[in-house]
Amino acid sequence: MPMNAQGRPSAPGSAKQPEIPTISGDRGLDHEEALIFELGREGVTGVDIPDVQVSDKRLGNSRRRGRIGLPGLSEPEVVRHYVRLSRMNYAIDSGLYPLGSCTMKHNPRLNEKMARLPGFGDVHPLQPQQTVQGALQLISELMRWLTTLTGMPAVAMSPKAGAHGELCGLLTIRAALEARGEKRTRILVPSSAHGTNPATAALCGFRVDEVPATEDGHVDADALEAKLGPDVAAIMLTNPNTCGLFEPRVKEMADAVHAVGGYFYCDGANFNAIAGRVKPGDLGVDAMHINLHKTFSTPHGGGGPGAGPVVLSAALAPYAPLPLLLQDGDRLRLIEERGALPAEAKPFGRMCAFHGQMGMFVRALAYMLSHGADGIRQASEDAVLSANFILASLKDAMSAPFGDGPCMHEALFDDSFLEGTGVTTLDFAKAMIDEGYHPMTMYFPLVVHGAMLIEPTESESKESLDRFIHVLRALAKEANAGKRERFEGAPHYAPRHRLDETAAARKPILRWRRPDLPQAAE
Amino acid sequence: MSETRYTDQHEWVRVDGDEATVGITKYAAEQLGDVVFVEVPETGRNLGKGGEAAVVESVKAASEVYAPVDGDVTAGNPALADDPAKVNADPEGEGWFFKLKIADKSQLEKLMTAAQYAEFVKGL
Amino acid sequence: MRYLPLTGDDRAAMLAKIGAPNIDALFRDVPSAAVVSRSAFDLPDTQGELEVERGLSRIAARNVAAGSVPFFCGAGAYRHHVPAAVDHLIQRSEFLTSYTPYQPEIAQGTLQYLFEFQTQVALLTGMEVANASLYDGSTATAEAVLMAQRLTKRPKAVLSGGLHPHYAETVETLASLSGEVVRAPITPGKAEDFAAQIDNQTACVVVQSPDAFGLIRDLRPIAEAAHAKGALLIAVVTEVVSLGLLEPPGHQGADIVAAEGQSIGNGLNFGGPYVGLFATREKFIRQMPGRLSGETVDANGKRGFVLTLSTREQHIRREKATSNICTNSGLCCLAFTIHLSLLGEEGFVRLARANHARASALADRLSNIKGVELVTPNFFNEFTIRLPKPATSIVDALADKRIIAGVPAPRLWPQERDLRDLLIVAATETASDEDCDALVKALSEVL
Repeated sequence: MPMNAQGRPSAPGSAKQPEIPTISGDRGLDHEEALIFELGREGVTGVDIPDVQVSDKRLGNSRRRGRIGLPGLSEPEVVRHYVRLSRMNYAIDSGLYPLGSCTMKHNPRLNEKMARLPGFGDVHPLQPQQTVQGALQLISELMRWLTTLTGMPAVAMSPKAGAHGELCGLLTIRAALEARGEKRTRILVPSSAHGTNPATAALCGFRVDEVPATEDGHVDADALEAKLGPDVAAIMLTNPNTCGLFEPRVKEMADAVHAVGGYFYCDGANFNAIAGRVKPGDLGVDAMHINLHKTFSTPHGGGGPGAGPVVLSAALAPYAPLPLLLQDGDRLRLIEERGALPAEAKPFGRMCAFHGQMGMFVRALAYMLSHGADGIRQASEDAVLSANFILASLKDAMSAPFGDGPCMHEALFDDSFLEGTGVTTLDFAKAMIDEGYHPMTMYFPLVVHGAMLIEPTESESKESLDRFIHVLRALAKEANAGKRERFEGAPHYAPRHRLDETAAARKPILRWRRPDLPQAAE
Repeated sequence: MSETRYTDQHEWVRVDGDEATVGITKYAAEQLGDVVFVEVPETGRNLGKGGEAAVVESVKAASEVYAPVDGDVTAGNPALADDPAKVNADPEGEGWFFKLKIADKSQLEKLMTAAQYAEFVKGL
Repeated sequence: MRYLPLTGDDRAAMLAKIGAPNIDALFRDVPSAAVVSRSAFDLPDTQGELEVERGLSRIAARNVAAGSVPFFCGAGAYRHHVPAAVDHLIQRSEFLTSYTPYQPEIAQGTLQYLFEFQTQVALLTGMEVANASLYDGSTATAEAVLMAQRLTKRPKAVLSGGLHPHYAETVETLASLSGEVVRAPITPGKAEDFAAQIDNQTACVVVQSPDAFGLIRDLRPIAEAAHAKGALLIAVVTEVVSLGLLEPPGHQGADIVAAEGQSIGNGLNFGGPYVGLFATREKFIRQMPGRLSGETVDANGKRGFVLTLSTREQHIRREKATSNICTNSGLCCLAFTIHLSLLGEEGFVRLARANHARASALADRLSNIKGVELVTPNFFNEFTIRLPKPATSIVDALADKRIIAGVPAPRLWPQERDLRDLLIVAATETASDEDCDALVKALSEVL
């Protein structure tokens, strides 16, 4: 019988491959990629726009004389460039992303689709208000969810991120104090706080007074109360705190600051642990920002954009910044200026142009509607359950300073289990990259030595958590067995090895420059 | 004849007549890691003991350097702007930060001697 | 709930491992007075995708989308055509669902596009360096004023009357904490003389060009006047497409440029999220707020990028940081970078010219209508006209005819009686001939 003996071999052959450098510098699916400026040329474009000539008649004396220096590329070249760049990134869609305090949970694509409806994505902030009643309705509906879930009477929607929300909250407090004719100068901030807290307090002209932590990872409530006085404007607490613990004495601290006439600002970065189970309003909170990009899953997008609405107590509500949204008969009305204020409103100013992060509002509301109140509560419970599961499963292999539990939505470890191994927290975390994981948050909070803060979120299956625990236990075992190879210089299997941050900071190169031009040719 | 004294904030002071040269100790330089940036005070600035005089930064930390005694700045080390690595390479020599004209020499007596500072670091 | 992978069995097994009898035990630190029941909220329960989409679509349909009508609003937010490739690329999981690039080995994609973005912004503005973006143009302007106060150690900021009033209010809110903010009188269609207002306490002069009425400002004499007194010039740009046709602020003596980057790559989104551009001189970088991506090499000598100079930032400097800002506007600056890469030099310059041509033609036609007068002799793609009647009522009347004619000046300056009849009209490449015809015809009818 005739047969084709020339077919291609179907056996895998030897799996052992010598390390041969490739000719192109690429390695299979791992492509190297030049800067866009090194790829482009003159006279090429990826967008077809008619070439219209214009006169200088209406340009004053200001017509551009020189070239800008942008490279030209066709659409396929641009698409390939950014697709290749994207492939050098780790993402929550591709793997577990246990960054404590950052809340990397699943980002539903329905939310993206909703934000792109022309009725939301293609409306202008200054269109006549009768043409944007739906946009105002959406904001109003989100306000209802936020105030209901937090048990607070009011919310300022315009802050554009968590730190911007903190700023809004402290400015509201400042305005309320001014209205009382008081000038208070001090803000109490725990040593475990996010860096934004002291930075924001300082920006608002307050003096930061640090409150120590107790041995068990809580804010030292006694020390805090001892520091209270008539010059304290506010306390700024994160609850659950940055060690992943709920502050059991939070109400007592709130009452104490109220007793001396100060306010309670709560950093709401960790609201995702308690949403649907605890109303911050019941804890005596006066102002709290909500990171929509954490608790309500608007995508982090490589570092933004975020959104940070601030819920306010009745005492602070009148001082919320412009714009305000009011129900006016059967219509919603946006108040953008002081001339049209309702009697009780005394806004401290304006946080930004226009009305806030509408695109993020749509995504957050889609998330809330999808979950419902019951789903939000379940998500918080699952996040807390998963973190406790990790704590319970790793505390004997690693070292947990507050391992008796329970924790809230994140589990904190320190580096005492690595003592004497020659492996640092950084090495341990970088070795996780080789195992296909994004590292946890490292060296934060500052109150724990060599901190490793793991936040699994509610988005992981038990199988995924089991596998993660297995890998971390094995890594801890190897470190303790003195097998340092996999830790030293890790990661070994990433698009880049460790980068020289010292050189980057000593002689900063912050932009590309044409190599044939002297640097002075600006 | 010069002598070197130390503060509990890890500055060293080398006294030569009325003039003091100030830098950060080897221990401090090691704790900071690779120094990437140094800002030294302008000549003529009047410094009070314990006041912020200079800034030193590594990749992940920023610290203030305090004036160990009262005095007027007579020079900042110009080499550190271009080569902050000198602080790591030779912290108590070429990596000096600034010189000042001492206003009150009696303040020096409160500072630690080399032996006392070594003991102090051991206790940290 | 479709987003939650744990099953009842999983939860039971996990609680057993933890040694907790039930989920409530994990919340034991919550004071009992603050524990709420499952039914404590007057909010709906879980909904499927179909229901959510149906409900939100219904709300969206109550808005008049800009693309569905003749549309001429600008005043800080501009409607441009964004190529389809932009939205596709920014929705790639690796961009959309990654965090701030704190682990550079597995975030080179983000770090490299930020480096490209910084370069593009520096080139467009004619400045030496730019950061990896701030929230938006208004907050970037406020940060620029704070930076000028730090650099000059002086308290006073002088704001041009042509600065977008929302920007001016944002600056006032923030910069009056540490200094003094002075607003110059509003002079629609005219340049201002700042010389008398700049003294030895002035940290900076803030000037927008094209200004809030659309007028192109010559920054050179203002830079000279500011520098003569040791003050800085902060140039504000709300329509970056103008930089394809106009001399960049960096070539006119600006020390800091704060701009709104929404026009490139980003939709109107009812005001946000947008992307703040921030550029300055190299010698000022240690006082610059916000993130920076810098070039370096890895252990094998390969080029790579890292976040750098972070000792300026809040997570290290805490209360001594240059700013409290933590996030940038990552995904919006990616959209900006991709759109600008698609345009390239040629596309960007053509886009700018197309905008100016369209606005010029429309300005000619509108000012031919009886009683209508062009207020701004020079402009890019946005101009101001004086109507014989209050502009707000005209805009409302045209909105009833499904034409969004522009932004009436009283929307921005409600207290200024003199501006009552002014209408600010923007015409970008997205305004078709038919759109312009419809506006001219309808305006003639209602006047």
